[in-house]
Amino acid sequence: MADVTLTVDGKKITAPAGTLLIDACRKAGIEIPAFCYYPGLSLQAACRMCVVRIEKIPKLQTACTTPVAEGMIVATDTDEIKQSRKAMLQLVLANHPLDCPVCDAGGECELQDMTFKYGAADSNFVDVKNHREEQQWSPVVYFDRPRCILCYRCVRVCGEGMDVWALGVQNRGVSSVIAPNGGDHLDCEECGMCIDICPVGALTSDTYRYKTRPWEMTHVSTICTHCGDGCKTTLGLRSSSDGMEIIRGDNRDKSGINGDFLCVKGRYAFDFANHKDRLTQPLLRNAEGKLVPASWEEALTFAGQRLHEIRDTRGGEQIGVIGSNRATNEESYLLQKFARSVLGTNNIDHHRTADYVSFAKALAGQEQRAASLREAETAPAILLIGGDPTEQHPMLAWNLRTNVRHNRARIYVVNHQEIKLRRQATSFLKISAENYSAFTRFLAGEENSIFGAEATALRETLATEPNLLVIFGSELRGAAIEALVRYGLSLPDTKFACLGDYVNSRGAADMGLYPDMLPGYVPVQQPGAFATEYGERFPAAPGLDLPSMLDVAARGNLAALYVVGSNPVHRYGVAAASLKNTFLIVQDMFLTETALLADVVLPIANLYEKAGTVTNTYGDLQLVRKAADRAGVRTDLELIVRLADTMGADVHALVPFGQGTRADMGQSRGAQSGEADRHAVWLAAQNLEPKLSPFDPSALLDEIQRLIPSYSFSRLELFAGNDQHVQATSKNNALVQISNLSQRPDGVLPSMDTLFTSGTMGRYSSKLTEVHDSRNKEILVAAN
Amino acid sequence: MTTEAPMKAPTIFSSELAARFDKLVALYPARRSALIPMLLYAQDEQGYVTDAAIEEIARRIGITPLDVRNVLSYYSLLRTKPVGKYHVQVCTNISCMLRGGQELFEHCKEHLGIGHKETTPDGVFSLEEVECIGACSWAPAVQVNYDFHDNLTADAMDAVLDQYRKQAGK
Ligand code: SF4
Ligand code: SF4
Ligand code: SF4
Ligand code: FES
Ligand code: FES
Repeated sequence: MADVTLTVDGKKITAPAGTLLIDACRKAGIEIPAFCYYPGLSLQAACRMCVVRIEKIPKLQTACTTPVAEGMIVATDTDEIKQSRKAMLQLVLANHPLDCPVCDAGGECELQDMTFKYGAADSNFVDVKNHREEQQWSPVVYFDRPRCILCYRCVRVCGEGMDVWALGVQNRGVSSVIAPNGGDHLDCEECGMCIDICPVGALTSDTYRYKTRPWEMTHVSTICTHCGDGCKTTLGLRSSSDGMEIIRGDNRDKSGINGDFLCVKGRYAFDFANHKDRLTQPLLRNAEGKLVPASWEEALTFAGQRLHEIRDTRGGEQIGVIGSNRATNEESYLLQKFARSVLGTNNIDHHRTADYVSFAKALAGQEQRAASLREAETAPAILLIGGDPTEQHPMLAWNLRTNVRHNRARIYVVNHQEIKLRRQATSFLKISAENYSAFTRFLAGEENSIFGAEATALRETLATEPNLLVIFGSELRGAAIEALVRYGLSLPDTKFACLGDYVNSRGAADMGLYPDMLPGYVPVQQPGAFATEYGERFPAAPGLDLPSMLDVAARGNLAALYVVGSNPVHRYGVAAASLKNTFLIVQDMFLTETALLADVVLPIANLYEKAGTVTNTYGDLQLVRKAADRAGVRTDLELIVRLADTMGADVHALVPFGQGTRADMGQSRGAQSGEADRHAVWLAAQNLEPKLSPFDPSALLDEIQRLIPSYSFSRLELFAGNDQHVQATSKNNALVQISNLSQRPDGVLPSMDTLFTSGTMGRYSSKLTEVHDSRNKEILVAAN
Repeated sequence: MTTEAPMKAPTIFSSELAARFDKLVALYPARRSALIPMLLYAQDEQGYVTDAAIEEIARRIGITPLDVRNVLSYYSLLRTKPVGKYHVQVCTNISCMLRGGQELFEHCKEHLGIGHKETTPDGVFSLEEVECIGACSWAPAVQVNYDFHDNLTADAMDAVLDQYRKQAGK
């Protein structure tokens, strides 16, 4: 829209016509206070804090509801306005306790700031304040009624934003009160958005309330370890007796891919790190067959020597490796390189949650066809086939809802279940679970009598959509993905997204945790540059996939299995006895079903305790920063390097370290501890990284970028904390030449996680378990 | 928020009222516009707005029970607790106050032996102090159920109450 020019406090500013005055001012650096206004939510005009004087209008006006107009002359900071704001604050404070020093929000409360600014702590009201006890509404949500200033942010974010509508306003005037849908409790998705958005201490979370003060925490922004959306989260940390402990997760600065959104997992399910069963010492199986604590030296030497021996006596093909959906790109890359170049095996796989290989194959030769998560918020039309974003990709669901609300996007849902997102959909087509593949062919024009008039109408509508975003769930695999992509490519400017389950499921695939695919989906049989990169042990033939490894092990023919951050025994229902003839090394945080059978168990750090990068299911690459710390654990990266070292491998060949800038990194403890950070910031700003040790992930990122052409992005942007979109494959990807790929089993086993589960790790989150158990009833969504 | 048509389900209301509701929800461009009349009719038929009525009205309109409660709790003439057979609403707003409304309210309290928003043990009377009921010209005024009594004195009030008491058994 055309720009208009207006004058605010004597300063000329311009803004597109239709912009709200409050936004125009803020953009121009003029502060307008606001309690009820919240960008992205509907207008409320309840708090009157944003009042300004507009020339020629007799009364003060609310800047949050007034659009800018040509020639408008506005004053935002006169005595009259200050007096008005002060009076509003006094009204708000009429029943609000002035006990900020003991309030959970003290120090980051918008009301506290405003009261300081406008000096409204004195009051003309003589009535006694009405005290009410705090109420616990759910395992996460607490409500402290006297602190509520009735800004309705929580009501709107829960309704409009989450489409849960669990909060309402009851009564009238001074007795108005925020009320939960269950009468005295909440039946909801427990996302904590209401708590996060509450400007005061009225809504608080069970996880964080009264534990600390905002200024007493260290804040580190990193990536959520749960679903495949990869939300950015800023973790609030404090030191504990054995490291740094996470006490809060939010994204209040709205940076990153998810704005201020986090779901219940991102916001509260970090407590697995403190679970009492967390392993902090390596374990070795002793002569009596019991797992007993051992030193790192002992454990690594033993594991390394056994692997060495097995490789040399029985051959690499008798060794299997299983990687993780939650390890970083660097770790996954290193793991497969270790398997291929040190162990000499292609028997490497991971728990596959989506058929990324077929997706990459279908898109081979195309450019810029894979959509970023951000595009779900802007695309004019979306075809959603399969999947259930509300349960499995909460951030995606949030973006889709926002897109409908703000841009009237058209969402066409095709699913075998009545997924909740159909409520925002332009059309909902129900098909049966086994017909997804047939449906993709139907879309492409193949007539099929199982699809009726509704399906035909949908197909015709889609043909008129010029900028379609096609998002598909793990129901679609192999030929179905290829058919769908081929169909999409026949429409103009279609983009695609393939939904996988965990934070780095896509990264694991991109990094080549496959028996037949190298990093960047390069087939093992046509290894190209990898042939020389990975040395002479690198086998030419594809290896065994995960189920086959387990089968071979059950037959007693797998001599060793190295499992990194995965629990295949549980996931694939493996009988304990079937691994009895296999030397089993497990790296995990807990004594999982798999770790229980191991000969060597190595305790590891989780994603919040290490650095690197992850790629979400859409291909958005983001920086993972080390936030928490736990004595007694090590990163997968370090352990793989150390194992290689004890096996006598050339660590320099494995990790190209020591080639970066050498710098004085300062002190990491004591008075000058900030120094290291300052150096790191400087180096990042110069696009330089230290890479001083073999445990430095950026050394591996160099190699990843060198060998995977589609991983080309700005390191500077990445280190500045911005997401970078990468494509699955680059142009001229070798995949196209592989003819028998369609026959390849996709091996996908969807995790079937819900909003309140997160694989094995989720079981160790007390908060998630509590929420899960308390949710016996269905979520009480509106009007069903 | 949702456009899905509510499903047909057994009703807790009389068949006449159910039929009336069927019409009401279709009458306005937005279904939820029917909410307040529906609440009033439900209250008239059942004496107060019951939980079951809230559920059914929500279902009929296609909104959440919470939405219904949000509106319901705003209006003081809508209630969620039973009242007496005769609900005596004494106005103490400005005109009535100037003409003895407050005293009249005290008198009713004494006469009936109950306070604001209370019900006599026999369930015949309940009492409520209300804001202006639009009969200021004849203040002080009292509304019993939907009937008005104005220009009241303590004696006149007693007569009115006695009248109702006599009818009560019938
Ligand atoms: S779903 Fe629950 S936790 Fe999330 S905003 Fe609504 S009430 Fe709050
Ligand atoms: S609880 Fe918080 S967010 Fe909700 S209305 Fe009250 S002050 Fe606003
Ligand atoms: S949507 Fe996914 S990535 Fe985002 S907070 Fe939730 S689980 Fe984490
Ligand atoms: S911000 Fe404008 S009225 Fe609340
Ligand atoms: S003041 Fe009593 S009827 Fe108006």
